Amino acid sequence: MGRYDFYGYRRENGRVGIRNHVVILPLDDLSNAASEAVANNIKGTLALPHAYGRLQFGEDLELHFRTLIGTGSNPNVAACVVIGIEPGWTARVVEGIAKTGKPVAGFSIEGNGDIATIAHASRKAQDLLQWASEKQRQVCSIRDLFISTKCGESDTTSGLASCPTVGNLIDKLDPLGATTCFGETSELTGAEMVCAGRAATKDVSEKFMQVFRAYQEVIERHKTSDLSESQPTKGNIAGGLTTIEEKAFGNFQKIGKKARFIDVLKPAEAPAKGAGLYYMDTSSAAAECVTLQAAAGFVVHLFPTGQGNVIGNPIEPVIKLTANPKTARTMGEHIDLDVSGILRREMTLDEAGDHLVDLTLRTCNGRLTCAEALGHREFVMTKLYQSA
Amino acid sequence: MITHFIVHDKADSVGVMVVENIQGGQDLTGWIMETDETITVRSLDPVPLGHKIALKDLRSGDTVLKYGHDVGRAVADISKGHHVHVHNMKTKRW
Repeated sequence: MGRYDFYGYRRENGRVGIRNHVVILPLDDLSNAASEAVANNIKGTLALPHAYGRLQFGEDLELHFRTLIGTGSNPNVAACVVIGIEPGWTARVVEGIAKTGKPVAGFSIEGNGDIATIAHASRKAQDLLQWASEKQRQVCSIRDLFISTKCGESDTTSGLASCPTVGNLIDKLDPLGATTCFGETSELTGAEMVCAGRAATKDVSEKFMQVFRAYQEVIERHKTSDLSESQPTKGNIAGGLTTIEEKAFGNFQKIGKKARFIDVLKPAEAPAKGAGLYYMDTSSAAAECVTLQAAAGFVVHLFPTGQGNVIGNPIEPVIKLTANPKTARTMGEHIDLDVSGILRREMTLDEAGDHLVDLTLRTCNGRLTCAEALGHREFVMTKLYQSA
Repeated sequence: MITHFIVHDKADSVGVMVVENIQGGQDLTGWIMETDETITVRSLDPVPLGHKIALKDLRSGDTVLKYGHDVGRAVADISKGHHVHVHNMKTKRW
């Protein structure tokens, strides 16, 4: 085992997962009840209920499919059962996930009813669960690891220490061939030119600015104020952040000082240019962003928080770190790594980065995160506009 | 020696309080990360953990610098040592 090796599950397509879930995936809101019933029947499977999937169209529908197929395809998922109200779109999700080579089966409710569907899907889910339970971890390298990051309920301590700790990890792992991802388009407002300057090429820089300007247009079209109490949030303001520009520069510390991003991804789009740092166009809402990053194939998430965001994700473990000593003291059960020592000058940023590398590798080896232990499974689909 | 507040960049007009329960009239020690310098400021207000203290006198309309960058504008006159937050500072965006 080398310093940056870990024990993961190598899947049929060569990608590496750090968890071994068998997921029961509803195509649409109508199929949540059957999916949850199957997960209740077959202990150890995981249902992912969500609110959407009916009468969507255009780019919003494409994003719905990309998110569902990407979630089922994530290497943290060993096998998948898809349940939908009708067979056509159910088959589209099944076929998308099947491209990974992993076992996947679809069931539809119309003409069968919930009870027969649940019975058939439960038998399949049991087979898949028992099959997956024999999968063994093997030694994998940092080049196999896909890491995403996003911060939440940030305060000024995030910009001083917890976000720079993630940045220090990226500075260390980027040259070793890790694949990493940041996002939060609206939350770079004020720091967008500095961010654009971190793109690897002029084309990537321009692609980022196009995405940034498109998001600004959405905000300009719908805003009724200067977004006070939305962006920054009330929690951000309580923590001492005053403006979106101040929040943006803190957020931006997460990509460190050296790495350059090599591509701009659509929401839930899988990276396709090899190892390196990627930017993804996402909302800054925690569960929406992490759900999109998980659907793009990222297997472990680093989440700095200031005031104490409690988010988790059902398939991508979320590691939380804080530099706020009060949050570490009052919300300790949510905090995987306390880096408040940086503020007391008892710990250097480089030491904090090493602690985060260690904790990330332990999490990859199987250590449960606080959010996993507490049952935080926020699976939130991003919706671009109204349904038809 | 306790560090009461931290400053990202030498050019910054504000520092961030990193200890709890700071009141007005206290002599505070700050650390500038960029240059590893130590500075002192006397607080004029209570400044909660994570909130900003002015390191120089600002006039209404002046740009507030943090991380060495423009992070908004003063919307009231602010003296060195005052608490800087939503009551006297606003975004330039949106």
